[in-house]
Amino acid sequence: MDIVLVLYLLIGFMIVAAVIAIEAKDLLSSVVSVSAAGAGLSIVFLLLGAPDLAITQVVVEVLSLVILIRATVTRKDTTYDSRPNTFAVAGGLVFCALLCAVCYYAFAHMVPFGDPKMTMGMPYLMNTFERTGAANAVMGTILDFRAYDTLGEATVIFASIIGAYVLLRHVGRRSAADQESASPTRKSSATEWRTP
Amino acid sequence: MIPYVLAIVLLAVGVYAIACKRNLIKVILGVMIADYAVNLFLILMGYRTGVGGAPIRTPAMDTPEKFAAASVDPLPQALILTSIVIGLGMTALMAALAIRLHEKYGTFDVAEMKKLQG
Amino acid sequence: MRGMTLIVRTVTSLVSAFILLYGIYVVLYGHLSPGGGFPGGVILGSCLILMVLAFGKKFVDQIVSERAPYLWDCVGALAFLAIALLGYYGGQFFYNVLVPAGSHEGTAVAGNYRLFSSGIILPCNIAIGLKVAACLFGVFAVLSIFRPKNPREDQTP
Repeated sequence: MDIVLVLYLLIGFMIVAAVIAIEAKDLLSSVVSVSAAGAGLSIVFLLLGAPDLAITQVVVEVLSLVILIRATVTRKDTTYDSRPNTFAVAGGLVFCALLCAVCYYAFAHMVPFGDPKMTMGMPYLMNTFERTGAANAVMGTILDFRAYDTLGEATVIFASIIGAYVLLRHVGRRSAADQESASPTRKSSATEWRTP
Repeated sequence: MIPYVLAIVLLAVGVYAIACKRNLIKVILGVMIADYAVNLFLILMGYRTGVGGAPIRTPAMDTPEKFAAASVDPLPQALILTSIVIGLGMTALMAALAIRLHEKYGTFDVAEMKKLQG
Repeated sequence: MRGMTLIVRTVTSLVSAFILLYGIYVVLYGHLSPGGGFPGGVILGSCLILMVLAFGKKFVDQIVSERAPYLWDCVGALAFLAIALLGYYGGQFFYNVLVPAGSHEGTAVAGNYRLFSSGIILPCNIAIGLKVAACLFGVFAVLSIFRPKNPREDQTP
């Protein structure tokens, strides 16, 4: 089958999964549906010649699913859209239609799909192996030619994870029940989990 | 051009969820969908029809010209790798915010949180 | 948080060694095959999260102190920065000091496609893998293990 046809099918699947995710009444169904869209994106990455990105997208998807389920499934109330705000919904739909129409006219002047200019990609491909010794051109790009961007990315991850720590820690001392349940010795805990 | 327009349709779905939904978790899912749409758009710009191989060099490709004639553009892939990992950090921070807001207000409803107290 | 049933605990104790080995492979061989520091670190973090989910909170509370994930997170980030500053020995920030210039013409040279063949990329991958694994495990630990029993009594007024 032609690769463009498979691409249309996969992107259509992603759009359907996204629409189901934002319209479903149950929070667990929405979260699982967004993860299905992410899995579709990983297959698109593999088809378009990017195995690095496919691995990264799959594992990041699984971890986002775990974190979101931890945040949502244990809560009781699920949906509040019983009286939708008509003006907001109408405005949202008009904006989305305008966005699609403007982009349709703008893309007529872009490079066609499948034929990129590669102004900077060609020098990277020609010089990666000789100058850095890495057979994987993407790794050579992000850790040698453009290592500053990777430093910025590590900083952004560091800052956002520290923000999550600060929000979720408990302020003050642990309660007495927590302290006495955390004090038995290691030996008793080792036997505790081995016996069924 | 059609694959680009489909990626923008996905972006429009995400932006609709951010702007018009009252449940905080649906807003977070909208941000994630918009992130996927932007990554999809970037990778569509790097594909070379008819060539389509991964940018990984094997010993069979002796000269750089052979390697460059058999692989797709590596620069969008480098940018998207950064973007995927930053999206994960964003999801973790938004989920932490949602948990704390639920503990303070008892609900995920954005309209309830915006009401003036007293 | 309680642990899971006997089947899950047995399978986890058998399988987690292989998952950790795969994660370390993806980190170390990042410059020769698809992968690298970021996906490898996420795989390692996911394996640690699997062990927490299967064995429960009480077991993990005694092995991992509350500060351990934050400490390894900072160690990884500082190691990456130290490798970057090491480049000043060669003249620029992030200069690839371990690759001698002009040594990789053609593929018949012995030493190409090997593990130690790409200079600064391998230590960078290890530092990033350590950092990402520690920070993701730390976020999960804070979400589920180190939460107080009754959150409302611990809020600042």
